[in-house]
Amino acid sequence: MSEPSEKWRERLLYLISPIGLLLLWQILVGLGFGDRRFIPTPSDIAARFWQLTLSGELAVNTLATLWRVVAGFVIGVVPAIAVGLFMAMFRPVRIFFDPLIAALFPIPKVALMPLFLLAFGFGDASKIALVATGVFFPVIVNTYAGAANIEKIYWDVSRNYGASLWVMFTRVVFFGALPMIFAGLRIAVAVAFIVLVAAEFVSTKVGIGYMIWNSWELLQVDTMFVGIVMIGLLGLVTSALLTELERKVIPWKTEER
Amino acid sequence: MGIERRGAAIEIAHLTKVYGNGSAVLVALDDINLRVAPGEFLCIVGPSGCGKSTLLRILAGLDQQTSGRIDVAAAGWAVQNAMVFQDSGLFPWMRVASNVGFGLFTRGVPAAEQAARVEAALKLVGLIKFRDHFPHQLSGGMRQRGAIARAFVTDPAMLLMDEPFAALDAQNRAILQAELVRIWEETGKTVVYITHSIEEALLLGDRTVVMTAQPGRIKEIIDVPFPHPRNLMALSASAEFGRLKLDIWRLLENEVNRARAELER
Repeated sequence: MSEPSEKWRERLLYLISPIGLLLLWQILVGLGFGDRRFIPTPSDIAARFWQLTLSGELAVNTLATLWRVVAGFVIGVVPAIAVGLFMAMFRPVRIFFDPLIAALFPIPKVALMPLFLLAFGFGDASKIALVATGVFFPVIVNTYAGAANIEKIYWDVSRNYGASLWVMFTRVVFFGALPMIFAGLRIAVAVAFIVLVAAEFVSTKVGIGYMIWNSWELLQVDTMFVGIVMIGLLGLVTSALLTELERKVIPWKTEER
Repeated sequence: MGIERRGAAIEIAHLTKVYGNGSAVLVALDDINLRVAPGEFLCIVGPSGCGKSTLLRILAGLDQQTSGRIDVAAAGWAVQNAMVFQDSGLFPWMRVASNVGFGLFTRGVPAAEQAARVEAALKLVGLIKFRDHFPHQLSGGMRQRGAIARAFVTDPAMLLMDEPFAALDAQNRAILQAELVRIWEETGKTVVYITHSIEEALLLGDRTVVMTAQPGRIKEIIDVPFPHPRNLMALSASAEFGRLKLDIWRLLENEVNRARAELER
């Protein structure tokens, strides 16, 4: 247990680098380094952020992006976890999926966007499909790795104590792989935002990605930065939510730390 | 305390286990013949690599023999065997009570009965206060108690134990040995207990099987004549205990030297 004062010192240290960077930025641009039309100051961005919040424009775009991320995430993660666990439990399943994963994982998922536009049209479905595809691979690879590395004794105990395949799957393999599944989910969150924002650049009229691209075309650089900041904030919040969830569902791991 | 029933009878005939094929063959077990009486506490000692763990795993159904036969007569018992490993093997993600009840849960025992039996088993091993703890919150000795409770709660006809106390400190080991003997005396189960400690084999068992390495064979089966209930502390100080210990030590010493000479040849 650390002293409360030490905790505060760490929190302060945590904030110094971003605040320091913003200050430096503000001062340098304020002093006339760089063209303010192309490089707004943090205070300009903050003002624009507030403006867009009041007008509701930011909320509309954020909700559109968030909905696509959440829907795609759920659609991609659930089968990834299931198949990953099956791959660890049954050798034929692993042999069947291994080459598919090896071949499809390295393909930049953004490259599939035209294909998804053909298949699902310009609505939300094509973006959701892209996010689902993007999150599927890091999660399946991590889930398999987690389940395959479950200590042998837990398989022995399961078998010796009469566990059915269903019990093994739901009570042993899933939980044994859970720490690694969470590692995969963290990567998946980042991937989801990366592929989605890129997709929103070109194939939609709503969403943070659209907001960024549209404001760039109109040379509203401050709005562009608001979009970038918003993505950063969303990433921060989802990461914090994941940490909280992890603490809830993996008490045996998180308490050790 | 009267024992109303006896554990499983085991008959092992011409059992062999061979790993690999072609030139890279390893004979882990070679023509093992053994009878274990219902309710007997049988200890198996031998150098590492003598196949004693393999034998136990075959008995537990976790491995398949290459040839030979194992008959286990366990009529009237719902669960044939339960194994206790050297590492507790408690699932880190389950609380102690769920871990202990695992073998009941998997067999679909009704929840109320499960709870009652788990409660009794936790009392038996002194873990009742720790029912809602996770394994990582317990000491090594307590985890091993949990593993023993998980085995006993299923009420198996035979208990298969693979060096269950080897990783514990001397004090915890002595305490758990005494408790194991007490529980066994009360329940009349058949116990097959693997150890590399001669002393432990003599303290606990009715008979001690001495095994040899490469290939794994039964060298000798020694009757341990000490009556039950046993006072393990007093027993380990007796002269006859010392004599038996020396006998078995000589058997094993010859074996270890022979195996080493063979390797160097």
